[in-house]
Amino acid sequence: MRKGMFYGLLFTAPAILGFAIFTLGPMIASLVLSLTNYNVFKEQTAFTGLDNYMRLFSGEDELFYKSLGITFYFVVLRVPAVILLSFGIALLLNLNVKGRAIFRTIIYLPSIVPAVASAMIWMWLLNPDLGLINSLLSRLHLPTSNWLYGEGSVIPSVVLTTLWGIGSTVIIFLAGLSGIPRQYYEAIEVDGGGWFRKLSHVTVPMVTPTIFFNTIMTIIGSFQVFNEAYILTQGGPNNQSLFYVFYLWRTGFRDAEMGYASALAWILFVIILFFTFIVFRTSKSWVYYEGGDRA
Amino acid sequence: MRPSKLSLTAGYGALVLISCMFIIPFVWLIRSSLMNLSQIFTMPPEWIPKPFQWGNFHKALTVLPFDVFFKNTLIIVVTVLVGTVITSSIGAFGFSRIQWKGRDAVFALLMTSMMLPAAVTMIPSFLGWQLMGFYDTLYPLIVPAYFGGGIFNIFLLRQFYLSIPRDFDEAAYVDGANYWRIYTRIIFPLSRSAIIVVALFSFLASWNDFMGPLIYLKSDHLFTLALGLQMFQGTYTAQWDLLMAASATVVLPCVIVFLAGQRYFLEGITLTGLKG
Repeated sequence: MRKGMFYGLLFTAPAILGFAIFTLGPMIASLVLSLTNYNVFKEQTAFTGLDNYMRLFSGEDELFYKSLGITFYFVVLRVPAVILLSFGIALLLNLNVKGRAIFRTIIYLPSIVPAVASAMIWMWLLNPDLGLINSLLSRLHLPTSNWLYGEGSVIPSVVLTTLWGIGSTVIIFLAGLSGIPRQYYEAIEVDGGGWFRKLSHVTVPMVTPTIFFNTIMTIIGSFQVFNEAYILTQGGPNNQSLFYVFYLWRTGFRDAEMGYASALAWILFVIILFFTFIVFRTSKSWVYYEGGDRA
Repeated sequence: MRPSKLSLTAGYGALVLISCMFIIPFVWLIRSSLMNLSQIFTMPPEWIPKPFQWGNFHKALTVLPFDVFFKNTLIIVVTVLVGTVITSSIGAFGFSRIQWKGRDAVFALLMTSMMLPAAVTMIPSFLGWQLMGFYDTLYPLIVPAYFGGGIFNIFLLRQFYLSIPRDFDEAAYVDGANYWRIYTRIIFPLSRSAIIVVALFSFLASWNDFMGPLIYLKSDHLFTLALGLQMFQGTYTAQWDLLMAASATVVLPCVIVFLAGQRYFLEGITLTGLKG
């Protein structure tokens, strides 16, 4: 086919332009900004080299370390919870129960609810005085909690609210499970193995690529949590839910320190790259691909 | 897995229990939106509104201009959807059905933008729009959809286009059809279900978007439903009956669209691993 180059570029021009304008350009601009003291309210903007980064790592900005620590805590708590729970639900859905489609719909439905609305619903459910959850707990004579309003309980509470939206992770697991050939299970049945043997010898090894994918996506998403921080807690109480991206937004848009906030953004980028890299590196030893090593 | 009767029953029970837990927040939302304040605060809680306070919806939607928020949201959702479908399908065509030098390298480069956290481009993008005088307009929320429509959508459609046999367009090409004709007459119509997936996810993404409107919009008359609901929460903190009525109104259209396009949603997630 002739004229391929011309038409190829013509058809892909919007995408290439979009990448240049909305990704590459801002990326370079963000890197440059991070080396300045740009503040919307100040007239003078100067090139300050690595000053922003020095300030971040020197310990002068306590909130930087605090928000980093809180975000790590959230990631450490949330990622295993999401993976284990969604894998468990996917296993249940994979049984040939009646009404499977209905269960699947019910479990997926919360993940399409707008973040603001879902936050509103959970604030109401978790309300310490009037909420359903505390009222159920007290009727069962179990200890109640201040949930989002307790310094110690706020992060686990936010994790809890996000677990309502694990539907799409469940669906991805379900797709992985349905791709396992039946013969493998039949072979174990012939050997007289039970469900645990099937789970540990066939199911888990066969879905490791899916576990791997879901883990990476959940880590990346958890580091970037913002809506929940903004709507549910505004970083409170006493900065105990000062999530990293919320702190970044506050620094850039409320305090107008856009140079400094850009440095914060780059550190997040490096952290996410680092963890993605680690998971990729270690995946060689635990991700099983049928038909050879493709990891 | 062929499970035994016992494990099937146990699994069934667990599923019913988990489904209840997933559905209770919805039930609690609906029942609270239909109660008056004194019934809402009754302890122990009641499940059935007595009487049904349908007036909550009217009150909640009129104390703030939710009709204006709805109109803004609709403008954004529809224009973004159109832009996304058109430019992502065109791009996917150029990256799959046309041969050109450097094509796959360019596509790989574009794919790297998926790795980038939104936080990195947020501040310069904001400053750029502001510099051009488009702060506090709907343009920053709409225009990017007309520049490629998101690399993920291009990726999704490209995968689909690659599965269509090459003979189709080669035959048309021999008959004298040009690329535009092949795209509009053959490839686009053949990929109907993938296009629907892209359209549905685009709808949800812009209906649910919170950070974008939060950063770019200042004036109330431009607010979207998500921002309006957040503003409502700030103003009517203790009015849980009205808050729940307003929340239910924002959730409902999503649920309807989801139930209508359910098959495509589930297909789309499975196809791509996309998070809805």
